[in-house]
Amino acid sequence: MKQERIGVYVCHCGSNIAGTVDVGQLSSWAADALEKRGVVVARDYKFMCSSLGQELIKSDIVELSLTRVVVAACSPHLHEKTFRTACQQAGLNPYLMEMVSLREHVAWVHSDKALATQKAKALISGAVERVALHEPLDPISVPIEATTLVVGAGISGIQAALEIADAGQKVVLVEREPSIGGHMAQLDKTFPTLDCSACILTPKMVTVGSHPNINLLTWSEVEAVDGFVGQFTVTIRKKARYVREDVCTGCGICMEKCPSKLIDQVYEAGLGYRSAIYRPFPQAIPKYPVIDKANCIYFQRGKCKACQLFCPTTPNAIDFEQEDQILQLTVGNIILATGYDLFDARRIPQYGYGRLANVFSSLEFERLCNAAGPTEGKILLRDGVSQPESVGIIHCVGSRDRNYNNYCSAICCMQSLKFAHLVKERTGAKVTNFYIDIRTPYKDYDEFYQHVLQEKVEFVRGRVAEVTDAARRPGEEGKLIIQVEDTFIGKQRRIPVDMVILSAGIEPRHDSKEVSRKFGISCNGSGFFTELHPKLDPVATMSKGIFIAGCAQGPKDIPASVVQGAAAAARVLGTIQQKSLDLEPVLAQVIDQKCSGCRICSNLCPFNAIGFDLERQISTINPALCQGCGTCVSACPSHAISGTQFSTEQILAQLHGLLAESFNGNGARTQSPAFSQAELV
Amino acid sequence: MKPSNEEPYGYYPGCSLEKNALAYNESTSAVANVLGLKFEEVADWNCCGASEYLALDILPAYALISRNLALAASSSGSHSLVAPCSACFLNLSKVDHQMAEVPALASQVNEALAAGGLSYQPGSITIRHLLDVFVNDVGFDRISSLVTHPLYELRVAPYYGCLISRPDYEGVYDSPEYPTGLDHLMTALGAEVVDFPLKTHCCGGHMTQISEPVALELIRRLLQNAHEYDADVIATLCPMCQLNLDVYQEHVNHAFGTNYHIPILYFTQLIGLALGIRAKELGFGREFVSAKRALAKIGKARPAPKKKRKPSKEALPMPQATEVEYR
Repeated sequence: MKQERIGVYVCHCGSNIAGTVDVGQLSSWAADALEKRGVVVARDYKFMCSSLGQELIKSDIVELSLTRVVVAACSPHLHEKTFRTACQQAGLNPYLMEMVSLREHVAWVHSDKALATQKAKALISGAVERVALHEPLDPISVPIEATTLVVGAGISGIQAALEIADAGQKVVLVEREPSIGGHMAQLDKTFPTLDCSACILTPKMVTVGSHPNINLLTWSEVEAVDGFVGQFTVTIRKKARYVREDVCTGCGICMEKCPSKLIDQVYEAGLGYRSAIYRPFPQAIPKYPVIDKANCIYFQRGKCKACQLFCPTTPNAIDFEQEDQILQLTVGNIILATGYDLFDARRIPQYGYGRLANVFSSLEFERLCNAAGPTEGKILLRDGVSQPESVGIIHCVGSRDRNYNNYCSAICCMQSLKFAHLVKERTGAKVTNFYIDIRTPYKDYDEFYQHVLQEKVEFVRGRVAEVTDAARRPGEEGKLIIQVEDTFIGKQRRIPVDMVILSAGIEPRHDSKEVSRKFGISCNGSGFFTELHPKLDPVATMSKGIFIAGCAQGPKDIPASVVQGAAAAARVLGTIQQKSLDLEPVLAQVIDQKCSGCRICSNLCPFNAIGFDLERQISTINPALCQGCGTCVSACPSHAISGTQFSTEQILAQLHGLLAESFNGNGARTQSPAFSQAELV
Repeated sequence: MKPSNEEPYGYYPGCSLEKNALAYNESTSAVANVLGLKFEEVADWNCCGASEYLALDILPAYALISRNLALAASSSGSHSLVAPCSACFLNLSKVDHQMAEVPALASQVNEALAAGGLSYQPGSITIRHLLDVFVNDVGFDRISSLVTHPLYELRVAPYYGCLISRPDYEGVYDSPEYPTGLDHLMTALGAEVVDFPLKTHCCGGHMTQISEPVALELIRRLLQNAHEYDADVIATLCPMCQLNLDVYQEHVNHAFGTNYHIPILYFTQLIGLALGIRAKELGFGREFVSAKRALAKIGKARPAPKKKRKPSKEALPMPQATEVEYR
């Protein structure tokens, strides 16, 4: 076998590594001790990732004809790409470089310099053995279909769709409700500027509705997703509207004439009514109503058809014979902006929501304030007549509470302050906020808080124990009494009010886990979609070509949702621009002769990358979907799956090198820090 | 954990059920007979120390309580121990829980137990309150099917007291703050259950002996609330609550110039009535505030469903009630 010519490069990372590891000794040891194993040069340098550091490697590759490179620096998560590129620029296949994580695996976790240096030697020894067995690999190139699928048409999805469409690319925008707009369409004012939510949202909605590059599919849901980045095949169910979009003028007479009236649980948050044939709100996009089959008298009892009777258009726009349509589309990228569900305050029965009439949820209150809502914007008690003289606003309902959700819902403080302001402005009532902490980061938010303070809104710091109608003292009769420990004075207080608003938190959509499985991405414990990196890659996911935006990723307010929608769009446009995408060639491969077709691997694959060849009765791995995680490789009972860059031979060689350095010549263990299984791979 | 059909429940009546809460004991055994529940009393049990002893000296208190656990675990083939008294239930389950959490405590307690030739392995029996057995083992459907004398038109305020659902170690109640098991149980008997906002508030416990004004105020709140909701009776599941609300009702009336007359009955007494057991066997007549007048209210026929008051045109809809799923 031809002896490889290996270069070893030890990075100081300033004092990050050099502070704990004797880098000078390490590089001279590598040049010396590993010479027999093919190391022809070993160097240490202050910042290997700097241009000068990279130059060192590049010139060695050329001048010393290196065939393999080992860089002992930080985690490959950070600079693998840097050093691979450096190798490539010097004419070496980038996959012939191996990194040793000296900083994360050694320097940052140990303090004894001698032992740490010994461990570093073992890791470098392992890497040298392994890199010799690396094979040159070429990235897989996949073409990118230019059309993008955006799921969910709330503000985040709308923003993403518009950014892409305005850049001249096609978008399919799918929304499961009859209209686009999402939660933002339900709101009255938006903090901190108090501009009217509908006024700033509807222009965007109108643009979406008429954009030549947007194929808008409302009252539709994604049923299945197949394929991989660049070439996803999505199956979409376009539910029957029972209204012909080609003839309906959106006049709304059918909705007026419909005799079936029911409480609108979605758009009106249970506070208002709609008919069985409905359009959630006047500015809905599209303007066509839908028939809610479960509440339609004709569909349930076979008689009525009032809507059809009164429809003034010819031909008649009502079509009871319509059926669901199944569409199959090919898209290159997918953006999931599926939004949130409001925490159900009934889960905290001691707050009385659903039991005590004048306890309102935050979304109910939004509808109450909204000029298009059931009270035309008048803030009234549940009787629909009287105005409250005192209002209590309870923060953190269902959030920051280990009984429900541990996380902060991010919007409730500002939302509660906005409510306080609106109550003050419109009723002059006495307002008391019950909070645990006031969180007002971001531009102009704290100024808004200061403003509300000046409006003489009261603040009581303490988690509310209960809201009750059981009067105890004179003055409490007929009121809702908020029992709370005021933690500033260390006393229990009972504050009687006419109305209580529960600032309920943000929860993942009830079906977010199901959706994440459908699209092959993951969720965190709460059910929010998981991003590729929490700070540096917040809109990409572990599955290439699938991006996330808005509250589906985590609680956030409108500005942040818009930012994420736009960011996801920018990422998608980037790949469309390239027309094709290079995929990492580090992946798993089935060795056909060894595969018994047991399919243990296919259920374990987190990326749905493993299919089954019925004819040959063996599993197959889709290289575009495979992310090279290695789960199937280790699970296969007949060793029929091999990972490129992670072959058994490579891993055994690495172990061999590693252990050779951790033991002295007599077979007795030298004093070296213990290795955990995880560090070996 | 529901014991198998053959396996009896271990039964720890506690001191109260032998004296002031005799009616609770009598009604429990009468109802158990009809339902075929087997309660096997732990032999030679001792006092649980009530709520005071734990505050005085923790180790002897734990030893005192755990002796009952040790006896229950060693006797009979039962893996559960049922306590009808809320204080006993809390003490027993607290000790079991703490011994499991703090091994050092468990070994100290076992050292004390060893002096009497006993030992206890935490977690070896499940400690349960009597209400939990009715709600989760017997179930509302079974009870409902056995009702022969429904409690039509009797307005019942379900009172849980503060000890059984907080902390809810085993997670047997739908909500520790606002449980509804007893509500559903009373509904199953045909009674009309009133929403009782103070259902988990404190009755004052032994505060009557320490600071009577404080205790009377706590009792007054409960009576006032039940009265405001037009409750005919308060259904209770704790001897302490029963005693305070019943015996001190006259004191409250005297101190506050009120005129409450609300009988405080054990939930087992009400179940017994509905199952057609004679009042005498259920310990009726032992209460200070006589239940006679309230029980005379029980209607013969199912009342016509109340006409829902038509909400005015302006009124906004209430949040739609979702039925709480009961485990």
